[in-house]
Order: sequence, then structure tokens, then C-alpha cells
Amino acid sequence: MADQDVFAEQAMEYMPQLYSTALRMTRNASDAEDLVQETYLKAYRGFAGFEEGTNLRAWLFRILTNTYINSYRSKKRRPDETELDEVEDFYLYRRMGGLEAARASRSAEDELMDYFTDAEVQAAIDALPETYRLAVLLSDVDGLSYKEIAEDLDIPIGTVMSRLHRGRKALQKQLHDFALERGLAETVPEAP
Amino acid sequence: MTHDHDPAAPMASSPDCERALAEVYSFLDQELDDAQRAQIMTHLESCSPCFEAFDFEAELRMVITTRTHAVDVPETLRIRIEEKLTYMRLESSGGSRSDDGEEPRRGA
Repeated sequence: MADQDVFAEQAMEYMPQLYSTALRMTRNASDAEDLVQETYLKAYRGFAGFEEGTNLRAWLFRILTNTYINSYRSKKRRPDETELDEVEDFYLYRRMGGLEAARASRSAEDELMDYFTDAEVQAAIDALPETYRLAVLLSDVDGLSYKEIAEDLDIPIGTVMSRLHRGRKALQKQLHDFALERGLAETVPEAP
Repeated sequence: MTHDHDPAAPMASSPDCERALAEVYSFLDQELDDAQRAQIMTHLESCSPCFEAFDFEAELRMVITTRTHAVDVPETLRIRIEEKLTYMRLESSGGSRSDDGEEPRRGA
């Protein structure tokens, strides 16, 4: 049996990640706090059954996601099988892939990094329909594996993959829209 | 001219490209086995258009990860959780509760 006293020591370090994800899931600070608190209390109660040596972080994310789906999601969102518009693969690359060609000494990564603000990336994630948003959050932001996401969301791995695929394309389209709003030309140096 | 990629142009110019491009996310997500991974690496080494596309997606992923860094946990929340956990621990190891019928006498 895992010692519950160990729990506090080991689990606390994940609070920033869990809280950040809770905030992105609920989009509401007070719901996020409740969600994280509930996650820790549930995890503490279940810690005896937690097998030491397995992934504590993934386990905490599972409880967080389950709790969110069961208690918070229904509150504000329709069951949500919102369909996404069909977006072509490599949407952003097809439109902005040339950016780095214009760089002088900086890496392409810096270019792209400067291109989008925290707020824009957050807004692009927020704009995704719930089904896709959860998968993208758990993968791109929290770095969980397909298998872990499949278990968290209780869906087959193939469904995880298709949600990620479609969600990411929609995310790219949203980011591109933001770039357009600000005027693509402003960061692409013009040839003299 | 704001980009030098024609959005409508097909990306894959060979069946190898097609196979590689179809796996871009599995590749970036570290979900391929060694053999599949090696196969794609080999293709990318000999196909710069595919390499560029993969590189862009990898960079974009980095941007998303970096731009969604962890936010600070409100101190009040941290304290609240720590207090509740302490309370629950005392409750289950001390002698004051009696709702689960378990004998509270393990250890001295």
C-alpha cells in the first residue's frame, strides 16, 4: 500500500500544471480552483490503490479530466459534437511556411514564437469545440500519450488521433486568422 | 507576396512523401515504433520539402507549449488543499473518526 503521507510530498509539485490545465478546461478561475481541490482530495483518498512506480502525474491528470467531464463540462456546454469545418493538412505551413526564408540570423522557431502571443495561442485553444479542445490540451500542452488520453477520455486511440488531427488543423486555422488580423505583411520583411 | 507556399499545391510528390506526411503527428507525438520512426527519418534526410514541413510543425508545437506555460497557483488554493489533506490525514490516523469501521490501531 502506498503511504498516504507520501502523497503530499509527491503530488504537490504537479499543482501548477494541474491548475493551468484546469483553468484552460473550465475557463473560469473559481471552477478551476474547485476542480483542482477536488482532484487532490480524490487522489488522496485513492492513493492507497496507486501503484508506486507508475506515473503519478498521468494519474493526477486522469482524475482531473474525469472530474472535469463528470462535474463541470455539462454545466456550461451542450453535449457538444460540434463539427469542425474541414481544414486541409499543414494549413499554417502552407500559408506561413515561407516566413523563415526571410530570416537573417534568427531561427525559424524564434520567428514563429514572436508571431503569436500567449493570449492568441490561448484564444485559439479556447475556440476549439470541447471534444477537440480536451484532446489538444492533454497532448500539446500537457504532453500525455495517446494511450493516456484515450484512457482519460474513455475513447479508442484511433479517436484520440483523429480528434488531435482535426483539432490541430482547426487550431492552425485560428492562429492564421489572428495573423491575418494583425496583417501578415508586418513581420515578413519586404524585399528592398 | 506574403508566403512562398501555394496553399493549394499538393505537398506530397511521391508515395514516400505521402506516407511520411500522413504520420507527421504520430512522429512528433513520439507514438511511432523505432522502425517506423527510422523509416521517416530516412525519408526526411533525402526530401527537403517534407523535412521543412515536419520542421515547421515541430516548431509550431514548441510555440504552443511555450505559449501555454503554467500559470501561478493562487496561494490561497495551495493552502486550502494542504489544510484539507492534513485534516483528512489526521482524521484517518487519529482516533476521532469512526465512520468506516476500521480499527484505528496500527502502529503504536
